[in-house]
Amino acid sequence: MTPPSFSPVGLRFENIDKRYGGLLALRSVSLAIAPGECVVFAGRNGSGKTTLLRIAARLVRPSRGSVSFSESSGDGNENVIRPGFVAHATMVYDELTAEENLLLFARLQDVQRPEDRVDALLKEVGLSERRASLVRTFSRGMRQRVAIARALLHEPAVLLFDEPATGLDPQGVAWLADAIRRLRDSGSTILMSLHGESEISSLGTRAIRLDAGSIAADTRTGATFRSILAIADA
Amino acid sequence: MSLLPNAAVLLGKELRTEFRSRELLTTTVVFILIVIVLFSFTFDPTSDESRRFAPGLLWLAFLFASSLMLQPCFLREQQNDTLSALRLSVSDPFAIFLAKVAANTLFLLLTELLLLPIFAVMYNVPITRVLHWLVLVFFLASLGISTAGTALSAISAQARMRELLLPLLMLPLLTPILVASTEVTKRLFEREPAVQWTGIGFLAVFDVVFLTALWLFGEYLLEE
Amino acid sequence: MWKRAMIGAFVLFLVGASAYASFYIAPEEKTMHVLQRIFYFHAAAAWAGMTAFFVCFVANLLYVWRRDEKWDSLGVSSAEVGLAFITVVLITGPIWAKPAWGIYWTWDARLTSTFVLWLLYISYLLLRTLIEETDRRALLSALFGIFAFIDVPIVFGAIRWWRTQHPAPVIMGGPGSGLEPTMLKVFFFSVLAMHALMVFLIAERYRLEKLRTDIELLRREAEAI
Repeated sequence: MTPPSFSPVGLRFENIDKRYGGLLALRSVSLAIAPGECVVFAGRNGSGKTTLLRIAARLVRPSRGSVSFSESSGDGNENVIRPGFVAHATMVYDELTAEENLLLFARLQDVQRPEDRVDALLKEVGLSERRASLVRTFSRGMRQRVAIARALLHEPAVLLFDEPATGLDPQGVAWLADAIRRLRDSGSTILMSLHGESEISSLGTRAIRLDAGSIAADTRTGATFRSILAIADA
Repeated sequence: MSLLPNAAVLLGKELRTEFRSRELLTTTVVFILIVIVLFSFTFDPTSDESRRFAPGLLWLAFLFASSLMLQPCFLREQQNDTLSALRLSVSDPFAIFLAKVAANTLFLLLTELLLLPIFAVMYNVPITRVLHWLVLVFFLASLGISTAGTALSAISAQARMRELLLPLLMLPLLTPILVASTEVTKRLFEREPAVQWTGIGFLAVFDVVFLTALWLFGEYLLEE
Repeated sequence: MWKRAMIGAFVLFLVGASAYASFYIAPEEKTMHVLQRIFYFHAAAAWAGMTAFFVCFVANLLYVWRRDEKWDSLGVSSAEVGLAFITVVLITGPIWAKPAWGIYWTWDARLTSTFVLWLLYISYLLLRTLIEETDRRALLSALFGIFAFIDVPIVFGAIRWWRTQHPAPVIMGGPGSGLEPTMLKVFFFSVLAMHALMVFLIAERYRLEKLRTDIELLRREAEAI
């Protein structure tokens, strides 16, 4: 991937509570993520991984607490701090072509020279030939690639992946792992929620297990990678 | 990026999506036609009576149709969670609403203008002299219906029984539009047509009040 | 418990006293005679209903701003009580109209608008039953409540104007129109009594709602274990 034009960004979650109805999906979660870290979140369904990521994406407002981003150098570019988010849903329009989708989001985010940026991304994710096809006609793997291209349009310094490998065949997983590796190596801060061990989990520089809305284990405080990922699905 | 450019880009997307499939427009037009024909069985559509009843029927048909047409507005955005993508991309969430209100107003206006000549022929009402006034009423009413309807569609998309819920929420709320539009249209259909400025005033007031309310509260409608 | 019972008894006394005043203290009206007395009840209930809806509106705004569930509880309580009063208005109107005009429903401007108002708040309550998650339900119904309330003046205004285009029998004239001093006093006393009843009912309903949400919370926490 082309070298990014941003400087690495760190994240801080401070005392995050998220209440849905009577239940706490997240309980007093505090976490500091250094610039450039690649963090894997493991945990059972309902442990709060998706909620935490959506709070980081600012799609969900925490009931209490806050999330903040910090830059290593005072770049001040607001856009860069907007995280790129890849979820299980593709978040692109089926009735538009790949190119139309990307141009739409590029323009909304005030990306410079949007047509060129879209061209470059389509090439990077290997969809140049299908750029004029409706997303509705794409396979699951291809849709994931459009989703990633969408997330990368504004060159975010922070990337959030919520179970990105779901529904992908081994080829798709390999491609995804490669893409994430390159992003990590170019300095992006990455948060991923995953199920168990895989090609992708091995890219992480840190692992955290969430259990019933709280942090149960963290490689930073001594737990091993393997133990976090293995127990998670029990 | 600021509000208006964002809204313009999104409006482009709404229009492109709709004109590609035209599914909203065609189904709405056909629905109104059906309603107009069914109405004709409920009274004698000869000259004088029809002139009295026609405006009310026209607006009832438009209201019913719009309560159906506005359903997909936010439901569509749930399909691939594109609503989250929009929320991530725009700086002011009101841009999302502005684009949808503009698009829906345009769609409503198009269907209304398409059906007007048909209605005029079937119920024998004169429209040529007052066409520009009719367009004004259609525009103001469609804007009001669209504003309230888009807001309510965001609400009903998050509830059960949403197909029935949206008309339930919309129709009582839109009473002022029905009343004002019918009165103004009635006056315009008369042998000596006149413009009911009070009625037009009510439509304008409704539009301003609800656009303001949408601007103030829109972001909460989109909250997760 | 005793305090509530005593307050309830006092409110009941007020309502009873205003009923007595309507029948025995207020002088008889010259055209409608005894029938007119229902006006004290009908109009006062209308005012109390509107005040309840205003309370609902304020509660809705406060919920959106503060997100404290007590505002949601107040919202639903005041909406239900308001609806009850408005139902009384919609029933007493036709009861008066039949002997007075010979028909039950005259499409009088205020009564018609009141009917639309009734439909709006029924929709508010219906909306709540169709959303399960409590926070979502509170937020979305609060937003609908806000839209509904700001529509109310426009509804009343538009229908009043519509009626001037198509005149029809007016139910009971305006409040205070052609009411002589004693009548006015009885009327304001009725309004006071109705408002006291409204406040009492909202408070009781609110208490019930709080109990219900507390139980719900305990149940969910128990299930989660």
